[in-house]
Amino acid sequence: MKFTRRLFGSAAMAAALIAGNAATAQDDPVRIALVVKALGIGFFEAAAKGAEEAAAELGNVEVIYTGPTDTTAEGQIEVINSLIAQQVDAIAVSANDTDALVPALKKAMQRGITVISWDSGVATEGRELHLNPSSNPLIGNMIIKLAADELPEGGQVAVLSATTTSTNQNIWIEEMTKVLGDYNGIEVVGTVYGDDLADKSYREATGLMQTYPELDAIIAPTSVGIVAAARAVEDAGKVGQVNVTGLGLPSEMAGAIESGASKSFAIWNPIDLGYSAAYLAYQLATDAAEATPGAEIPMGRMGALTLDENTEGAMADPFVYDASNIDAFKDIF
Amino acid sequence: MKRLLTSRETMLSGAILLLLALTASRFPGFIAPANLVAVFTDTSPLLILALGQTVVILTRCIDLSVAANLALSGMVCAMLNAAMPGIPVALILALAVLLGAVMGAINGALVWKLAIPPIVVTLGTMTIYRGIIFLISDGAWVNAHEMSAAFTGLPRARILGLPVLAWFGIASALLIWLMVTRTPLGRAFYAVGGNPHAAVYTGIDVGRTQFWAFTISGALAGLAGYLWVARYSVAYVDIAGGFELEVVAACVIGGISIAGGAGTILGTILGALFLGIIKNALPVVDVSPFWQMAISGAAIIIAVTLNTRSARAKGRIILRRAQAAQTEGAPA
Repeated sequence: MKFTRRLFGSAAMAAALIAGNAATAQDDPVRIALVVKALGIGFFEAAAKGAEEAAAELGNVEVIYTGPTDTTAEGQIEVINSLIAQQVDAIAVSANDTDALVPALKKAMQRGITVISWDSGVATEGRELHLNPSSNPLIGNMIIKLAADELPEGGQVAVLSATTTSTNQNIWIEEMTKVLGDYNGIEVVGTVYGDDLADKSYREATGLMQTYPELDAIIAPTSVGIVAAARAVEDAGKVGQVNVTGLGLPSEMAGAIESGASKSFAIWNPIDLGYSAAYLAYQLATDAAEATPGAEIPMGRMGALTLDENTEGAMADPFVYDASNIDAFKDIF
Repeated sequence: MKRLLTSRETMLSGAILLLLALTASRFPGFIAPANLVAVFTDTSPLLILALGQTVVILTRCIDLSVAANLALSGMVCAMLNAAMPGIPVALILALAVLLGAVMGAINGALVWKLAIPPIVVTLGTMTIYRGIIFLISDGAWVNAHEMSAAFTGLPRARILGLPVLAWFGIASALLIWLMVTRTPLGRAFYAVGGNPHAAVYTGIDVGRTQFWAFTISGALAGLAGYLWVARYSVAYVDIAGGFELEVVAACVIGGISIAGGAGTILGTILGALFLGIIKNALPVVDVSPFWQMAISGAAIIIAVTLNTRSARAKGRIILRRAQAAQTEGAPA
């Protein structure tokens, strides 16, 4: 009797242990690392908020928000290597360089880690899928449309980009050039590079206004550049004459909208972007979906992502901000 | 006369004039007085930092933390202004200088009391100061609409046709020039850098002198911090990233010897102007952006090559004279 009780007891205990184990295995959260270009950039801070939102919605997900302190590929490789060592379940990266990260990310995939890129892409062999915030043709069209809408009579516009090697900006400018014919009388007089540094962008914008005295608009598809260009236009006393537009964050552009240096600008919602990236990474990491061409992967409230032959997909259209809605958004991101 | 013609300052002035002429040949508007004022104004932050760096380099040290110091002082000013717009700008300016001086003093104290090599100390504090910006700001930007009009307006307010930012550059240059040439501390900078052992025998405390050099450099970086943030109306972690190298380059172009003890404030001013003119000229002369970096780099190397060549010749002459004096048996 004593023996059976003991046997029964230990069996029950073993059962409880097994059940306990199973329970912890199930509760072991899916760890998704959100690797950004650099820490301390408003856009990525907002994306991290979105990823946290997705994590809360999915439950059982831990988001690790990380990245280098400056926008270098070397810094990101270090971060990725340390994430591999921590054995995270998924890495969602916005790359500083299309190709440089590929070896490190390949290593991660060999260790069974799900790798996706978002915002700024990695070459196809370095990730399972790429989430574009919007489609490149749509952004390219949007930035020239924003400038052209203010110039019904046509006019001269110039582009102030980030660095000469920035993946994003180069593609958008290329797409913009393709649709240039749709806008009558709009002439793109030049493209300059501010390297995403406030002082250099300011100097380049000033240089543009000097070189082209008849300039009507500066298109800056980069958040540092658009702010610096707006400041340069204000300092040159050309508000109302030169319109600064492009891609920027509402909080950073509120002053420029107020002063009139910028009439409107566009950006997708970075919160939605971080949310979708985390959602997609979760789907792939838990094998609920597979990243194959043509696949449709659900991403919660953002609908579904349809992948093309390069396993890339577009999230949504960029959103236009102007004096009518800036106040509502400037405190959000 | 020959000495005057071959001096660094004369050669550099010639190079600057040549540069202006070259730019003007492609874009005549560049040498219009209004534009030259704009170029000088744009160069002022670089000049202010380079003046501080000069003092440090004169004492055989180097301060790599100036850009991080600038960014942290600037961020503190911006956050303070955003939180309490009522604080007078003069007070914020004083705070920026004080804060910068404290950060410089930390560098100086580590070099003085712990005798750690300056390059290691300032590499460390550079990262620490940038890290602190991230901690206090949480990575968020301080934007134009959060700053008061007085705060962003000061550097661009005009006195006698020159923006206040330019006046700050001129005042700093005058002050540092007076200090270096007319005060015991200023002469001590040269003595400590030129020959530390001899300096000790003349009763100069080498560590203390270096401490003051770092403190001065820090104070100027703090001043530049406010000016920078107010000028571009934005403060974030990365502002002036990599700027410390430009500052060192301005000093080296200006003929400040990295080995310490040699160089003039005029040289620094010319060095900063040289770099400033290149940076402002490249956007208007329609050079492919792919070539711009190569051109800036080449200009620095050429300037430094000229400097080191003239330095070598000068050194030999001094030795020969000393030798000649000895063989003559001069009792002095």
